[in-house]
Amino acid sequence: MKIFNYRLIIFFLSIIFGVVFSVPSFLQTESGKKISLGLDLQGGLHMLLGVNTDEAVTSKIKSIATAIKYFSNDEDILIDGLSIKDNDRIVFTVLDADELPKVDKMLEEINGLNVSKTELEYSITLTQDEEVRTKDQAVAQAVETIRNRLDQFGLAEPNVVRQGETDIVVQLPGIKTAEDEKAARELISKPANLELMAVDEERIDQVYSMTRAQAAQYGDVILEATDNPNVKYLVKEIPILNGSQVVDAQVAFDQSNQPIINFTLNSAGARIFGDFTGKNVGKRLAVVLDGKVYSAPNIRERIGGGSGQISGGFTVVEAGNVAIALRSGALPASVNLLEKRSVGPSLGADSIKASTIALVAGFLMVFIFMIIYYRRAGIIANIALVTNIFIIISVMAMFGATLTLPGMAGIVLTVGMAVDANVIIGERIRELLRQGVSIPKAIEDGYSNAMRAILDANITTLLVAVILYAYGTGPIKGFAVTISIGILASMLTAILGTHGIYEALLPKIAKDKNLNKWFGIK
Amino acid sequence: MEIFKGNKIHDFMGKRIPFLGLSAVLVIASIVILFTKGLNFGIDFAGGTLVQVQYEHKAPIDKIRKVLNATEYKGSSITKFGSEEEVVIRISGVSSNLTNDIGDEMHKLLDSTGKFEIRRVDMVGPKVGGELREKGIMALSLSLIIILIYVSYRFEWRFAVASILALAHDVIIALGAISLVGVEVNLDILAAILTILGYSLNDTIIVFDRIREGVQTSKESALNSVVNNSVSRTLSRTTLTSLTTFFVVVTLYFFGGEIINGFAFTLLVGIIVGTYSSIFIAASFLVQLRFSIENFRAKEAEKVKRQKEKEKLRAMYEKGTV
Repeated sequence: MKIFNYRLIIFFLSIIFGVVFSVPSFLQTESGKKISLGLDLQGGLHMLLGVNTDEAVTSKIKSIATAIKYFSNDEDILIDGLSIKDNDRIVFTVLDADELPKVDKMLEEINGLNVSKTELEYSITLTQDEEVRTKDQAVAQAVETIRNRLDQFGLAEPNVVRQGETDIVVQLPGIKTAEDEKAARELISKPANLELMAVDEERIDQVYSMTRAQAAQYGDVILEATDNPNVKYLVKEIPILNGSQVVDAQVAFDQSNQPIINFTLNSAGARIFGDFTGKNVGKRLAVVLDGKVYSAPNIRERIGGGSGQISGGFTVVEAGNVAIALRSGALPASVNLLEKRSVGPSLGADSIKASTIALVAGFLMVFIFMIIYYRRAGIIANIALVTNIFIIISVMAMFGATLTLPGMAGIVLTVGMAVDANVIIGERIRELLRQGVSIPKAIEDGYSNAMRAILDANITTLLVAVILYAYGTGPIKGFAVTISIGILASMLTAILGTHGIYEALLPKIAKDKNLNKWFGIK
Repeated sequence: MEIFKGNKIHDFMGKRIPFLGLSAVLVIASIVILFTKGLNFGIDFAGGTLVQVQYEHKAPIDKIRKVLNATEYKGSSITKFGSEEEVVIRISGVSSNLTNDIGDEMHKLLDSTGKFEIRRVDMVGPKVGGELREKGIMALSLSLIIILIYVSYRFEWRFAVASILALAHDVIIALGAISLVGVEVNLDILAAILTILGYSLNDTIIVFDRIREGVQTSKESALNSVVNNSVSRTLSRTTLTSLTTFFVVVTLYFFGGEIINGFAFTLLVGIIVGTYSSIFIAASFLVQLRFSIENFRAKEAEKVKRQKEKEKLRAMYEKGTV
């Protein structure tokens, strides 16, 4: 008896592989790689966010304007009318023609600028390349920022990836309640754009009679206080500092035990902050977060060391979230929601239950049918079928693939189609046996005759699955993965595996010669 | 057990005109339904918002409608979903605001209608819907092109054209059935259609493979009898596999829950139509396209000859006797 043929050995190995690597998924053990359940099965939140990249260009322009302002102050160059037009252009006039070379030299040091000049008047925009790069960086930074924030929020396995030019996919499997979901959405959408802005002390008395357009003429903006929209501040449009220079932010409590946020600036920020506060003692400094003034304390003395605080009407939780948002960096541009799918955990559990019932019921029907129809050949085919399912689960677990609802359907469908190869082979063998061919030759030829059809059929299905994977999103991708693995596994089990079993049993079958018992024909 | 006993050869090709006629009627009817009734595009493709709510008691649909009609969500559709307790609310608009979500608002609005749990909120913006639709069409057409190329390469162009025609036949009829029943067309339905494509192709190729084998091995020169022979010989395999797949999909349809229902229905129609077409229709196209056995054999012989010549040449080179 030729038990150890190479086919059987490979089949045994694949059974062992299938069983060993699917155990963690079945038993949900702590260790080992498990199949991860899609959001539609375990519940959770899936969002597609679009980044408004134009805003990133505006904010880049704004930060360049800040740099120009700092430079001209530092070098004592008198400039006038420094402001931003149409959200993408900086204009200013140099008052002394002798200073022009200095200004030109400074502008040359900043990469990616288009500088046009008429006499003393400058007009600056970003070059095309720089604009594209800025937008690209904005999305990359948004991904990083959102990921950091969600990590610190303490959710299990948040998944944040970029999709295409401007979109970001966020997946949060751990979300259980509507409140959690709302909190996560708020955390993601909070721009956390901290700006320190100089109050325009000369004109602030007129703030209540001024329009926004009038303020803009002076290079100012009108901002509301966070706790009271009736309180207004007139501040210089171009900030002294922005949130990109914040390196740390922590919740603390002031004398009256109100939560405040202490922030720390990086060295460049600390220098600018120190210089500014040193030159402006007695004036006010507005602490602006996301376009609202939190406080505007008087500068009493030069503040070195680069730390400051934001106070003003936070709850402890709010303060905590703002601190997280500040620490993980500002969103360079606002994001909006393009697609959202949230599945409650109970629905996910119902879906798992329903498709498991379908899987088991469908599987049993096929199982019994094969035994009735093919007798022992049916049992052999069923062994291949069971192995097939174990292998699908194992391979999916190994690659960290996600099992989705359509993926479950894919497994169910694979059960139906995996027997196909064995049916083709079985029918070929029967055909040969009916023609009076000897059993060993019928098995050998049955396999080789069936092979071409099985290969052609499987390859075409595989091609369709690949396209499905390339063009599908989310659950469809899962479906394509499951089917592809199913097809490949069935080649291993249904073609190689069953052949090996026949080879091992051949002497017995040949001696027995009972075609009904072995192949279900009279 | 045996379903198709012995070696009975059925005359499928002799009766191909009535079957082609029946198929033509089905295809035309499907196209008419598609154009008049159209497809019921779900939010995946049309954009919009869907909220699935499960009540602890029977869902008070009238009450929900009354509450919503007093708000900006007037005219949203409210339908039962699977059970008496569960409803789905479809709203045509979307909220792109991250902090103010329709799910939160529904919680507040429906507070007076009883105890409930919001089980699912899907929101697809118009841009995404358009992209998904584009990708869907792209996936479908690409699959067809790749199949065309592969089958042409492995068989002959007429086999490729015949299999594409059979596929179009199956997909159009399945789409007609979807439109007739009013199944909501979402991403998973697209997956089902693509599965039908793969499945029906699978069936067709196995029949075609037999025909190719028949042409190559038998002495028969009449295409009709080669086809009849091949289809008859694959008949038990075709029905068996369809039967096992059918079992599974039927259980999916009955036990898979409401969410998978449309998917299972589409597959069910697809399997029935696909099985019918691979037995009665696909090979008929081959005959209608006037596939020529002589030419095919001549080409195959040519191929074999060229192969032999190549081997001879190689052998000569290797032995160094040019």
